[in-house]
Amino acid sequence: MKVAVIAFPGSNCDDDVVQAVSDVLGCSVTKVWHRNRLDTEPDLIILPGGFSYGDYLRSGAMAARSPIMDDVRREVRRGRLVLGICNGFQVLTESGLLPGALLTNRHPGFLCRPCTVRVERTDSPFTGTFREGQVVNFPIAHNEGRYYLPPSDLEKLEKDGRVLFRYCNDRGETGDDFNPNGALNHIAGILSEEGNVLGLMPHPERSSDILLGCDDGILFWKSIQTWVERR
Amino acid sequence: MAVYRAFVTITLKKGVLDSQGKAVASSLHDMGYGKLEEVRVGRYVELALEAASHDEALTMTESICDDLLVNDLIEERRIEVVTGP
Repeated sequence: MKVAVIAFPGSNCDDDVVQAVSDVLGCSVTKVWHRNRLDTEPDLIILPGGFSYGDYLRSGAMAARSPIMDDVRREVRRGRLVLGICNGFQVLTESGLLPGALLTNRHPGFLCRPCTVRVERTDSPFTGTFREGQVVNFPIAHNEGRYYLPPSDLEKLEKDGRVLFRYCNDRGETGDDFNPNGALNHIAGILSEEGNVLGLMPHPERSSDILLGCDDGILFWKSIQTWVERR
Repeated sequence: MAVYRAFVTITLKKGVLDSQGKAVASSLHDMGYGKLEEVRVGRYVELALEAASHDEALTMTESICDDLLVNDLIEERRIEVVTGP
């Protein structure tokens, strides 16, 4: 399995993702600078977290217009997997590869802490080794994580089963008290229509080694690997 | 060709919760501005551009807004174009 991690100016989780994926899966992970082209035909492309372009204008707005995103679009059309984590999720919504927008958290302040999310379905390329409804700990670190989509579009997103992760408590219950940022419908992660693009606010790469306090992320990376190898 | 200056004000659409505006309003209430009803916090962008006419400068500004400055899903823009550098 080949993995490419795209780094923009201001990305700061690129090395964490490279280390987590290569440690857990033992596969080849290449970091690609956004000014270069994506020519390795990776099985998985990761847009990492951070503050691309200093979060100027809107989080992810400038990175979404970076030339390398044309390559990402091409790979999406080919059915390759694309994962945007945190700022990467913001880049995906800004580029139109995922619907919606990520707005400033409901309550003031940057949130950086452990966080529980519920796996909503296990038939996606990203969640095959989880149990449906499983609660996992993926830390969050963001100021703009409040997922927003106009009501009619949101209804369709839900109806199509494209919400893959939802904020919850440690028993898997959802509610405003367990929703860190005010995201509509407690949404933490969504799939594209074709199911091969995932945007996720929490950071599985920060949960991929027990030294960091939690290793639920291992199942996440293994899910992707299993899906790629079965293809 | 002449030089025009475009002033673009971008705010969240009505109906989209403006958490920055709410936080600022809350501080102002605490400071004694009890009659303050609402605060909306936005972004201001100034462009200098060359164009053959005022209309062309406006069209170019709209295009720049569509392509990058404004996310129509959540934001709205107000544009003012004036002559001169």
